[in-house]
Amino acid sequence: MILTFLISLLLLQADPSAQVPQDDITAVSQDTPVILSESEESAEADIDVGEIIFEHIGDEYEWHITEWKGKPVAIPLPCIVIEDGVHVFTLHHAAENGYALNEDGKLVNAATGKRPIDLSVTKNVLALIMSSLLLLVVVLFTARWYKKHDALKEAPTGLAAAMEPLVMMVHQMARENIGPDYRRFSPYLCMAFLWILLNNFLGILPFFPGGANLTGNIAITLVLALFTFFIVNLNGTRHYYKEIFNPEVPAFLKPIMPVIEVFSAFMKPVSLTIRLFANMLAGHIMILSMVCIIFIMAKYGPLLSGGMTVVSVLFGVFLDALECLVAFIQAYVFTMLSSIYIGLARAQDE
Amino acid sequence: MNLVTPDFGLLFWMVVIFGLVFFLLAKFGFPVITDMVDKRSAKIAQSLKDADEIQARMASWKVEQKQMLEEARREQAAILREAAETKSKIVADAKAQARAEAEKILSEAKVQIEAEKESALRDVRREVALLSVQVAEKVLRHELSDEGNQRAFIDELVDEASKAQMHS
Repeated sequence: MILTFLISLLLLQADPSAQVPQDDITAVSQDTPVILSESEESAEADIDVGEIIFEHIGDEYEWHITEWKGKPVAIPLPCIVIEDGVHVFTLHHAAENGYALNEDGKLVNAATGKRPIDLSVTKNVLALIMSSLLLLVVVLFTARWYKKHDALKEAPTGLAAAMEPLVMMVHQMARENIGPDYRRFSPYLCMAFLWILLNNFLGILPFFPGGANLTGNIAITLVLALFTFFIVNLNGTRHYYKEIFNPEVPAFLKPIMPVIEVFSAFMKPVSLTIRLFANMLAGHIMILSMVCIIFIMAKYGPLLSGGMTVVSVLFGVFLDALECLVAFIQAYVFTMLSSIYIGLARAQDE
Repeated sequence: MNLVTPDFGLLFWMVVIFGLVFFLLAKFGFPVITDMVDKRSAKIAQSLKDADEIQARMASWKVEQKQMLEEARREQAAILREAAETKSKIVADAKAQARAEAEKILSEAKVQIEAEKESALRDVRREVALLSVQVAEKVLRHELSDEGNQRAFIDELVDEASKAQMHS
Protein backbone atom coordinates (compact mmCIF):
# COMPACT_ATOMS: atom_id res chain seq x y z
CA MET A 1 0.00 0.00 0.00
CA ILE A 2 2.85 2.29 0.86
CA LEU A 3 4.35 1.42 -2.48
CA THR A 4 1.26 2.53 -4.36
CA PHE A 5 1.21 5.74 -2.36
CA LEU A 6 4.81 6.28 -3.24
CA ILE A 7 4.18 5.69 -6.92
CA SER A 8 1.20 8.01 -6.92
CA LEU A 9 3.37 10.68 -5.31
CA LEU A 10 5.96 10.18 -8.00
CA LEU A 11 3.35 10.43 -10.69
CA LEU A 12 2.01 13.55 -9.07
CA GLN A 13 5.51 14.98 -9.11
CA ALA A 14 6.29 13.98 -12.67
CA ASP A 15 3.12 15.36 -14.18
CA PRO A 16 4.02 18.84 -15.39
CA SER A 17 0.50 20.10 -15.93
CA ALA A 18 -0.77 22.90 -13.73
CA GLN A 19 -3.63 20.79 -12.56
CA VAL A 20 -1.54 18.87 -10.09
CA PRO A 21 -0.89 21.57 -7.54
CA GLN A 22 -4.44 22.78 -7.77
CA ASP A 23 -5.76 19.32 -7.09
CA ASP A 24 -3.35 18.99 -4.28
CA ILE A 25 -4.30 22.29 -2.76
CA THR A 26 -8.01 21.67 -3.04
CA ALA A 27 -7.55 18.22 -1.57
CA VAL A 28 -5.75 19.68 1.39
CA SER A 29 -8.15 22.52 1.90
CA GLN A 30 -11.12 20.22 1.60
CA ASP A 31 -9.64 17.95 4.22
CA THR A 32 -9.05 20.78 6.58
CA PRO A 33 -12.64 21.58 7.55
CA VAL A 34 -13.29 17.90 8.25
CA ILE A 35 -10.44 17.84 10.67
CA LEU A 36 -11.66 21.06 12.14
CA SER A 37 -15.13 19.73 12.78
CA GLU A 38 -13.75 16.57 14.32
CA SER A 39 -11.45 18.39 16.63
CA GLU A 40 -14.10 20.79 17.82
CA GLU A 41 -14.84 18.35 20.63
CA SER A 42 -11.30 18.71 21.91
CA ALA A 43 -10.70 22.16 23.21
CA GLU A 44 -7.26 22.43 21.63
CA ALA A 45 -6.47 25.19 19.21
CA ASP A 46 -6.53 23.84 15.72
CA ILE A 47 -4.32 24.36 12.75
CA ASP A 48 -5.45 25.33 9.31
CA VAL A 49 -3.28 23.29 6.99
CA GLY A 50 -4.46 25.14 3.89
CA GLU A 51 -3.51 28.46 5.40
CA ILE A 52 -0.13 27.23 6.54
CA ILE A 53 0.68 25.85 3.12
CA PHE A 54 -0.54 28.94 1.32
CA GLU A 55 1.46 31.12 3.64
CA HIS A 56 4.59 29.18 2.75
CA ILE A 57 4.14 29.00 -0.97
CA GLY A 58 2.59 32.41 -1.45
CA ASP A 59 3.90 35.94 -1.28
CA GLU A 60 3.78 38.32 1.70
CA TYR A 61 4.38 41.98 2.42
CA GLU A 62 6.75 41.05 5.22
CA TRP A 63 9.05 38.12 5.67
CA HIS A 64 7.65 36.10 8.51
CA ILE A 65 10.53 34.06 9.93
CA THR A 66 9.26 32.49 13.14
CA GLU A 67 7.26 33.09 16.30
CA TRP A 68 9.18 34.04 19.41
CA LYS A 69 7.32 34.05 22.75
CA GLY A 70 4.01 34.42 20.99
CA LYS A 71 5.17 37.36 18.89
CA PRO A 72 5.90 36.99 15.21
CA VAL A 73 9.47 37.65 14.14
CA ALA A 74 9.34 39.16 10.67
CA ILE A 75 11.42 41.33 8.40
CA PRO A 76 9.39 44.44 7.57
CA LEU A 77 9.49 45.20 3.88
CA PRO A 78 8.63 48.41 2.03
CA CYS A 79 5.26 48.48 0.31
CA ILE A 80 5.53 50.60 -2.81
CA VAL A 81 2.28 51.57 -4.38
CA ILE A 82 1.67 53.81 -7.37
CA GLU A 83 -1.74 55.44 -7.46
CA ASP A 84 -1.86 59.19 -8.03
CA GLY A 85 1.73 59.38 -6.81
CA VAL A 86 4.11 56.95 -5.19
CA HIS A 87 3.34 55.75 -1.69
CA VAL A 88 5.97 53.94 0.37
CA PHE A 89 5.08 52.43 3.76
CA THR A 90 5.37 49.22 5.75
CA LEU A 91 2.45 46.88 6.18
CA HIS A 92 1.80 48.13 9.74
CA HIS A 93 1.15 51.59 8.40
CA ALA A 94 -1.00 50.52 5.48
CA ALA A 95 -4.20 51.76 7.08
CA GLU A 96 -2.72 55.23 7.71
CA ASN A 97 -1.97 55.49 4.01
CA GLY A 98 -5.45 54.40 3.03
CA TYR A 99 -4.69 50.83 1.99
CA ALA A 100 -5.89 47.48 3.25
CA LEU A 101 -5.36 43.80 2.42
CA ASN A 102 -8.04 42.05 0.40
CA GLU A 103 -9.05 38.39 0.87
CA ASP A 104 -6.10 37.28 -1.33
CA GLY A 105 -3.71 39.16 0.95
CA LYS A 106 -3.02 41.87 -1.61
CA LEU A 107 -2.95 45.61 -0.98
CA VAL A 108 -6.04 47.42 -2.20
CA ASN A 109 -7.25 50.95 -1.88
CA ALA A 110 -9.27 50.91 1.35
CA ALA A 111 -11.80 53.32 -0.04
CA THR A 112 -12.40 51.98 -3.54
CA GLY A 113 -11.27 48.36 -3.09
CA LYS A 114 -9.25 48.59 -6.31
CA ARG A 115 -5.75 47.18 -6.81
CA PRO A 116 -3.21 49.97 -7.33
CA ILE A 117 0.01 49.45 -9.27
CA ASP A 118 1.79 47.45 -6.61
CA LEU A 119 5.59 47.43 -6.86
CA SER A 120 6.09 46.42 -3.23
CA VAL A 121 9.28 44.70 -2.25
CA THR A 122 7.57 41.58 -1.02
CA LYS A 123 9.09 38.43 0.45
CA ASN A 124 9.56 37.03 -3.04
CA VAL A 125 11.13 40.23 -4.32
CA LEU A 126 13.59 40.27 -1.43
CA ALA A 127 14.41 36.61 -2.07
CA LEU A 128 14.82 37.48 -5.74
CA ILE A 129 17.20 40.32 -4.94
CA MET A 130 19.23 38.24 -2.50
CA SER A 131 19.54 35.18 -4.70
CA SER A 132 20.34 37.28 -7.78
CA LEU A 133 23.03 39.16 -5.86
CA LEU A 134 24.40 35.86 -4.59
CA LEU A 135 24.54 34.49 -8.14
CA LEU A 136 26.11 37.71 -9.40
CA VAL A 137 28.81 37.62 -6.75
CA VAL A 138 29.50 33.91 -7.18
CA VAL A 139 29.81 34.10 -10.96
CA LEU A 140 31.84 37.30 -10.93
CA PHE A 141 34.22 35.79 -8.38
CA THR A 142 34.53 32.72 -10.56
CA ALA A 143 35.23 34.93 -13.58
CA ARG A 144 37.81 36.80 -11.50
CA TRP A 145 39.65 33.55 -10.86
CA TYR A 146 39.92 32.98 -14.60
CA LYS A 147 41.17 36.52 -15.12
CA LYS A 148 43.78 36.31 -12.39
CA HIS A 149 45.02 32.84 -13.16
CA ASP A 150 46.35 31.27 -16.30
CA ALA A 151 43.73 28.59 -16.84
CA LEU A 152 45.98 26.99 -19.44
CA LYS A 153 48.51 26.14 -16.77
CA GLU A 154 46.51 25.80 -13.56
CA ALA A 155 43.58 23.65 -12.63
CA PRO A 156 40.71 25.69 -11.20
CA THR A 157 40.50 25.77 -7.41
CA GLY A 158 37.83 26.66 -4.89
CA LEU A 159 34.81 28.45 -6.28
CA ALA A 160 36.00 28.16 -9.87
CA ALA A 161 36.37 24.40 -9.53
CA ALA A 162 32.81 24.17 -8.24
CA MET A 163 31.27 26.47 -10.84
CA GLU A 164 33.17 25.33 -13.89
CA PRO A 165 31.40 21.97 -14.38
CA LEU A 166 27.98 23.62 -14.13
CA VAL A 167 28.79 26.46 -16.50
CA MET A 168 30.54 24.16 -18.95
CA MET A 169 27.70 21.67 -18.86
CA VAL A 170 25.34 24.40 -20.09
CA HIS A 171 27.92 25.71 -22.54
CA GLN A 172 28.27 22.21 -23.95
CA MET A 173 24.49 21.93 -24.19
CA ALA A 174 24.38 25.20 -26.11
CA ARG A 175 27.06 23.94 -28.49
CA GLU A 176 25.19 20.72 -29.15
CA ASN A 177 21.74 22.24 -29.57
CA ILE A 178 22.30 25.64 -31.17
CA GLY A 179 24.98 25.29 -33.80
CA PRO A 180 27.82 27.47 -35.02
CA ASP A 181 26.80 30.74 -33.29
CA TYR A 182 26.10 29.14 -29.91
CA ARG A 183 28.51 31.52 -28.16
CA ARG A 184 26.00 34.35 -28.46
CA PHE A 185 23.36 32.37 -26.58
CA SER A 186 25.44 30.44 -24.10
CA PRO A 187 25.48 33.26 -21.47
CA TYR A 188 21.68 33.39 -21.39
CA LEU A 189 21.43 29.62 -20.96
CA CYS A 190 24.09 29.63 -18.23
CA MET A 191 22.26 32.45 -16.50
CA ALA A 192 18.87 30.74 -16.71
CA PHE A 193 20.25 27.40 -15.53
CA LEU A 194 22.23 28.72 -12.59
CA TRP A 195 19.49 31.11 -11.54
CA ILE A 196 16.79 28.45 -11.59
CA LEU A 197 19.06 25.90 -9.90
CA LEU A 198 20.04 28.32 -7.15
CA ASN A 199 16.46 29.39 -6.48
CA ASN A 200 15.15 25.84 -6.61
CA PHE A 201 17.60 24.88 -3.89
CA LEU A 202 16.95 28.04 -1.87
CA GLY A 203 13.26 27.18 -2.10
CA ILE A 204 13.88 23.81 -0.50
CA LEU A 205 15.78 25.40 2.40
CA PRO A 206 13.20 25.81 5.15
CA PHE A 207 14.78 28.77 7.01
CA PHE A 208 15.45 32.41 6.36
CA PRO A 209 17.71 33.00 3.36
CA GLY A 210 15.73 30.34 1.56
CA GLY A 211 12.13 29.41 2.08
CA ALA A 212 10.66 31.78 -0.47
CA ASN A 213 8.87 29.91 -3.19
CA LEU A 214 10.37 31.76 -6.15
CA THR A 215 10.58 29.18 -8.92
CA GLY A 216 7.16 27.90 -7.83
CA ASN A 217 5.70 31.32 -8.55
CA ILE A 218 4.07 31.74 -11.92
CA ALA A 219 5.19 35.36 -12.35
CA ILE A 220 8.85 34.32 -12.03
CA THR A 221 8.61 31.37 -14.40
CA LEU A 222 6.57 33.47 -16.83
CA VAL A 223 9.35 36.07 -17.00
CA LEU A 224 11.95 33.36 -17.49
CA ALA A 225 9.89 31.81 -20.27
CA LEU A 226 9.34 35.22 -21.87
CA PHE A 227 13.09 35.85 -21.90
CA THR A 228 13.48 32.59 -23.79
CA PHE A 229 10.53 33.49 -26.05
CA PHE A 230 12.00 36.85 -27.05
CA ILE A 231 15.50 35.51 -27.48
CA VAL A 232 14.13 32.76 -29.69
CA ASN A 233 11.88 34.92 -31.83
CA LEU A 234 14.10 37.99 -32.11
CA ASN A 235 16.90 35.78 -33.37
CA GLY A 236 14.80 33.72 -35.77
CA THR A 237 16.38 33.13 -39.17
CA ARG A 238 14.60 33.48 -42.50
CA HIS A 239 14.37 29.71 -42.55
CA TYR A 240 12.65 29.66 -39.15
CA TYR A 241 10.00 32.18 -40.16
CA LYS A 242 9.49 30.47 -43.50
CA GLU A 243 8.79 27.24 -41.62
CA ILE A 244 6.16 29.06 -39.61
CA PHE A 245 4.41 31.14 -42.27
CA ASN A 246 5.09 29.25 -45.49
CA PRO A 247 6.09 25.67 -44.74
CA GLU A 248 6.52 23.16 -47.53
CA VAL A 249 3.33 21.17 -47.11
CA PRO A 250 0.58 20.04 -49.48
CA ALA A 251 -1.54 22.95 -50.74
CA PHE A 252 -4.62 22.13 -48.70
CA LEU A 253 -2.59 22.41 -45.49
CA LYS A 254 -1.14 25.80 -46.42
CA PRO A 255 -3.84 27.92 -44.74
CA ILE A 256 -3.84 25.81 -41.56
CA MET A 257 -0.14 25.40 -40.95
CA PRO A 258 0.74 29.03 -40.10
CA VAL A 259 -2.06 29.07 -37.53
CA ILE A 260 -0.77 25.90 -35.92
CA GLU A 261 2.84 27.06 -36.08
CA VAL A 262 2.13 30.46 -34.57
CA PHE A 263 0.06 28.86 -31.85
CA SER A 264 2.88 26.42 -31.20
CA ALA A 265 5.41 29.27 -31.01
CA PHE A 266 3.30 30.90 -28.29
CA MET A 267 2.64 27.65 -26.49
CA LYS A 268 6.35 27.01 -26.03
CA PRO A 269 6.83 29.72 -23.37
CA VAL A 270 3.52 28.73 -21.78
CA SER A 271 4.69 25.15 -21.41
CA LEU A 272 8.04 26.34 -20.06
CA THR A 273 6.26 28.56 -17.54
CA ILE A 274 3.89 25.91 -16.32
CA ARG A 275 6.33 23.04 -16.26
CA LEU A 276 8.77 24.76 -13.92
CA PHE A 277 6.09 26.47 -11.83
CA ALA A 278 3.96 23.36 -11.36
CA ASN A 279 6.83 21.03 -10.58
CA MET A 280 8.34 23.28 -7.96
CA LEU A 281 4.99 24.23 -6.43
CA ALA A 282 3.86 20.62 -6.25
CA GLY A 283 7.07 19.64 -4.53
CA HIS A 284 6.73 22.39 -1.94
CA ILE A 285 3.11 21.51 -1.25
CA MET A 286 3.91 17.84 -0.80
CA ILE A 287 6.72 18.47 1.65
CA LEU A 288 4.60 20.98 3.60
CA SER A 289 1.71 18.51 3.68
CA MET A 290 3.99 15.86 5.12
CA VAL A 291 5.13 18.24 7.82
CA CYS A 292 1.54 19.30 8.54
CA ILE A 293 0.45 15.70 9.04
CA ILE A 294 2.59 15.63 12.18
CA PHE A 295 0.66 18.55 13.66
CA ILE A 296 -2.72 17.31 12.51
CA MET A 297 -2.16 13.92 14.10
CA ALA A 298 -1.00 15.41 17.38
CA LYS A 299 -4.46 15.21 18.95
CA TYR A 300 -5.23 11.61 18.01
CA GLY A 301 -3.39 10.08 20.89
CA PRO A 302 0.27 9.17 21.30
CA LEU A 303 0.13 5.88 19.40
CA LEU A 304 -1.39 7.18 16.21
CA SER A 305 0.43 10.50 16.20
CA GLY A 306 3.75 8.80 17.03
CA GLY A 307 3.27 6.30 14.23
CA MET A 308 2.24 8.93 11.73
CA THR A 309 5.11 11.16 12.78
CA VAL A 310 7.59 8.42 11.92
CA VAL A 311 5.86 7.84 8.61
CA SER A 312 5.66 11.50 7.69
CA VAL A 313 9.25 12.17 8.72
CA LEU A 314 10.36 9.30 6.54
CA PHE A 315 8.24 10.58 3.66
CA GLY A 316 9.45 14.10 4.34
CA VAL A 317 13.06 12.97 4.03
CA PHE A 318 12.21 11.05 0.90
CA LEU A 319 10.40 14.03 -0.62
CA ASP A 320 13.22 16.40 0.29
CA ALA A 321 15.67 14.12 -1.46
CA LEU A 322 13.31 13.90 -4.40
CA GLU A 323 13.00 17.68 -4.45
CA CYS A 324 16.78 18.07 -4.63
CA LEU A 325 16.70 15.84 -7.68
CA VAL A 326 13.75 17.72 -9.16
CA ALA A 327 15.46 21.06 -8.46
CA PHE A 328 18.31 20.01 -10.70
CA ILE A 329 16.19 18.26 -13.30
CA GLN A 330 13.81 21.18 -13.75
CA ALA A 331 16.64 23.69 -14.09
CA TYR A 332 18.22 21.35 -16.62
CA VAL A 333 14.99 20.78 -18.53
CA PHE A 334 14.20 24.48 -18.76
CA THR A 335 17.69 25.23 -20.07
CA MET A 336 17.69 22.25 -22.40
CA LEU A 337 14.34 23.21 -23.95
CA SER A 338 15.40 26.86 -24.25
CA SER A 339 18.55 25.80 -26.08
CA ILE A 340 16.57 23.52 -28.37
CA TYR A 341 14.11 26.34 -29.17
CA ILE A 342 16.98 28.69 -29.90
CA GLY A 343 18.58 25.98 -32.01
CA LEU A 344 15.37 25.63 -34.04
CA ALA A 345 15.19 29.41 -34.52
CA ARG A 346 18.82 29.47 -35.73
CA ALA A 347 18.28 26.77 -38.33
CA GLN A 348 19.70 27.70 -41.74
CA ASP A 349 18.46 26.78 -45.18
CA GLU A 350 19.90 23.54 -46.38
CA MET B 1 -6.85 31.82 -7.53
CA ASN B 2 -3.83 33.99 -6.88
CA LEU B 3 -1.43 31.06 -7.38
CA VAL B 4 -1.92 31.03 -11.13
CA THR B 5 -2.33 34.77 -11.73
CA PRO B 6 1.07 36.38 -12.12
CA ASP B 7 1.50 39.32 -9.78
CA PHE B 8 2.44 42.52 -11.59
CA GLY B 9 4.90 43.73 -8.95
CA LEU B 10 6.81 40.50 -8.98
CA LEU B 11 6.80 40.46 -12.80
CA PHE B 12 8.24 43.96 -12.83
CA TRP B 13 10.95 43.22 -10.30
CA MET B 14 11.82 39.92 -11.91
CA VAL B 15 12.27 41.56 -15.32
CA VAL B 16 14.40 44.34 -13.84
CA ILE B 17 16.57 42.23 -11.56
CA PHE B 18 16.94 39.19 -13.77
CA GLY B 19 17.61 41.45 -16.76
CA LEU B 20 20.22 43.45 -14.87
CA VAL B 21 22.02 40.41 -13.49
CA PHE B 22 21.83 38.75 -16.90
CA PHE B 23 23.32 41.83 -18.55
CA LEU B 24 26.19 42.01 -16.05
CA LEU B 25 26.96 38.32 -16.14
CA ALA B 26 26.67 38.09 -19.92
CA LYS B 27 29.22 40.89 -20.15
CA PHE B 28 31.63 40.16 -17.32
CA GLY B 29 30.81 36.69 -16.05
CA PHE B 30 30.09 33.77 -18.29
CA PRO B 31 32.08 34.64 -21.43
CA VAL B 32 35.23 35.01 -19.34
CA ILE B 33 34.76 31.54 -17.88
CA THR B 34 33.64 29.75 -21.04
CA ASP B 35 36.29 31.37 -23.26
CA MET B 36 39.04 30.41 -20.86
CA VAL B 37 37.79 26.86 -20.48
CA ASP B 38 37.29 26.53 -24.24
CA LYS B 39 40.84 27.71 -24.75
CA ARG B 40 42.02 25.18 -22.24
CA SER B 41 40.02 22.41 -23.91
CA ALA B 42 41.55 23.36 -27.25
CA LYS B 43 44.98 23.29 -25.69
CA ILE B 44 44.35 19.91 -24.11
CA ALA B 45 43.11 18.53 -27.43
CA GLN B 46 46.22 19.94 -29.16
CA SER B 47 48.48 18.50 -26.48
CA LEU B 48 46.88 15.09 -26.86
CA LYS B 49 47.39 15.25 -30.62
CA ASP B 50 51.00 16.30 -30.13
CA ALA B 51 51.55 13.51 -27.65
CA ASP B 52 50.16 11.02 -30.16
CA GLU B 53 52.45 12.35 -32.84
CA ILE B 54 55.44 12.17 -30.56
CA GLN B 55 54.55 8.65 -29.60
CA ALA B 56 54.31 7.64 -33.24
CA ARG B 57 57.65 9.28 -33.92
CA MET B 58 59.14 7.53 -30.88
CA ALA B 59 57.91 4.22 -32.20
CA SER B 60 59.51 4.86 -35.58
CA TRP B 61 62.66 5.91 -33.78
CA LYS B 62 62.65 2.69 -31.87
CA VAL B 63 62.46 0.70 -35.09
CA GLU B 64 65.24 2.79 -36.54
CA GLN B 65 67.29 2.32 -33.43
CA LYS B 66 66.83 -1.42 -33.63
CA GLN B 67 67.90 -1.40 -37.24
CA MET B 68 70.94 0.66 -36.40
CA LEU B 69 71.84 -1.65 -33.56
CA GLU B 70 71.54 -4.68 -35.77
CA GLU B 71 73.63 -3.06 -38.44
CA ALA B 72 76.27 -2.14 -35.90
CA ARG B 73 76.32 -5.68 -34.64
CA ARG B 74 76.66 -7.02 -38.16
CA GLU B 75 79.49 -4.59 -38.83
CA GLN B 76 81.17 -5.57 -35.61
CA ALA B 77 81.02 -9.21 -36.60
CA ALA B 78 82.44 -8.39 -40.01
CA ILE B 79 85.24 -6.36 -38.48
CA LEU B 80 86.05 -9.14 -36.04
CA ARG B 81 86.10 -11.68 -38.80
CA GLU B 82 88.34 -9.49 -40.91
CA ALA B 83 90.67 -8.93 -37.97
CA ALA B 84 90.94 -12.63 -37.38
CA GLU B 85 91.71 -13.15 -41.04
CA THR B 86 94.33 -10.44 -41.02
CA LYS B 87 95.85 -11.88 -37.89
CA SER B 88 96.18 -15.36 -39.33
CA LYS B 89 97.52 -13.94 -42.56
CA ILE B 90 100.12 -11.89 -40.70
CA VAL B 91 101.12 -14.91 -38.67
CA ALA B 92 101.39 -17.03 -41.79
CA ASP B 93 103.42 -14.35 -43.55
CA ALA B 94 105.70 -14.00 -40.58
CA LYS B 95 106.17 -17.72 -40.45
CA ALA B 96 106.97 -17.87 -44.13
CA GLN B 97 109.35 -14.98 -43.86
CA ALA B 98 111.05 -16.51 -40.85
CA ARG B 99 111.45 -19.77 -42.68
CA ALA B 100 112.93 -18.02 -45.69
CA GLU B 101 115.28 -16.07 -43.47
CA ALA B 102 116.35 -19.18 -41.66
CA GLU B 103 116.96 -20.96 -44.93
CA LYS B 104 118.97 -18.05 -46.20
CA ILE B 105 121.03 -17.97 -43.03
CA LEU B 106 121.54 -21.72 -43.23
CA SER B 107 122.67 -21.64 -46.82
CA GLU B 108 124.99 -18.75 -46.12
CA ALA B 109 126.40 -20.71 -43.21
CA LYS B 110 126.87 -23.73 -45.44
CA VAL B 111 128.75 -21.69 -47.99
CA GLN B 112 130.92 -20.22 -45.30
CA ILE B 113 131.53 -23.62 -43.79
CA GLU B 114 132.49 -24.92 -47.22
CA ALA B 115 134.89 -22.01 -47.68
CA GLU B 116 136.38 -22.53 -44.26
CA LYS B 117 136.73 -26.20 -45.00
CA GLU B 118 138.43 -25.40 -48.28
CA SER B 119 140.84 -22.98 -46.70
CA ALA B 120 141.49 -25.37 -43.88
CA LEU B 121 142.22 -28.14 -46.35
CA ARG B 122 144.51 -25.79 -48.25
CA ASP B 123 146.34 -25.00 -45.04
CA VAL B 124 146.58 -28.67 -44.25
CA ARG B 125 147.86 -29.32 -47.69
CA ARG B 126 150.41 -26.58 -47.43
CA GLU B 127 151.46 -27.83 -44.05
CA VAL B 128 151.74 -31.39 -45.39
CA ALA B 129 153.82 -30.13 -48.34
CA LEU B 130 156.09 -28.21 -46.02
CA LEU B 131 156.39 -31.16 -43.73
CA SER B 132 157.17 -33.50 -46.60
CA VAL B 133 159.74 -31.02 -47.93
CA GLN B 134 161.29 -30.83 -44.49
CA VAL B 135 161.15 -34.63 -44.20
CA ALA B 136 162.67 -34.94 -47.64
CA GLU B 137 165.32 -32.42 -46.70
CA LYS B 138 166.06 -34.33 -43.54
CA VAL B 139 166.18 -37.65 -45.46
CA LEU B 140 168.39 -36.12 -48.11
CA ARG B 141 170.64 -34.57 -45.52
CA HIS B 142 170.93 -37.93 -43.81
CA GLU B 143 171.67 -39.81 -47.09
CA LEU B 144 174.27 -37.34 -48.28
CA SER B 145 176.15 -37.23 -45.03
CA ASP B 146 178.90 -39.60 -46.35
CA GLU B 147 181.11 -38.82 -49.35
CA GLY B 148 180.26 -41.86 -51.44
CA ASN B 149 176.59 -41.26 -51.31
CA GLN B 150 177.13 -37.61 -52.19
CA ARG B 151 179.09 -38.66 -55.29
CA ALA B 152 176.58 -41.27 -56.30
CA PHE B 153 173.82 -38.74 -55.93
CA ILE B 154 175.65 -36.13 -57.89
CA ASP B 155 176.25 -38.60 -60.61
CA GLU B 156 172.74 -39.64 -60.67
CA LEU B 157 171.66 -35.99 -60.85
CA VAL B 158 174.19 -35.33 -63.58
CA ASP B 159 172.90 -38.32 -65.47
CA GLU B 160 169.48 -37.25 -65.10
CA ALA B 161 170.30 -33.76 -66.17
CA SER B 162 172.30 -34.97 -69.11
CA LYS B 163 169.58 -37.33 -70.12
CA ALA B 164 167.18 -34.48 -69.98
CA GLN B 165 169.72 -32.45 -72.13
CA MET B 166 169.99 -35.15 -74.67
CA HIS B 167 166.33 -35.66 -74.96
CA SER B 168 165.86 -32.02 -75.63
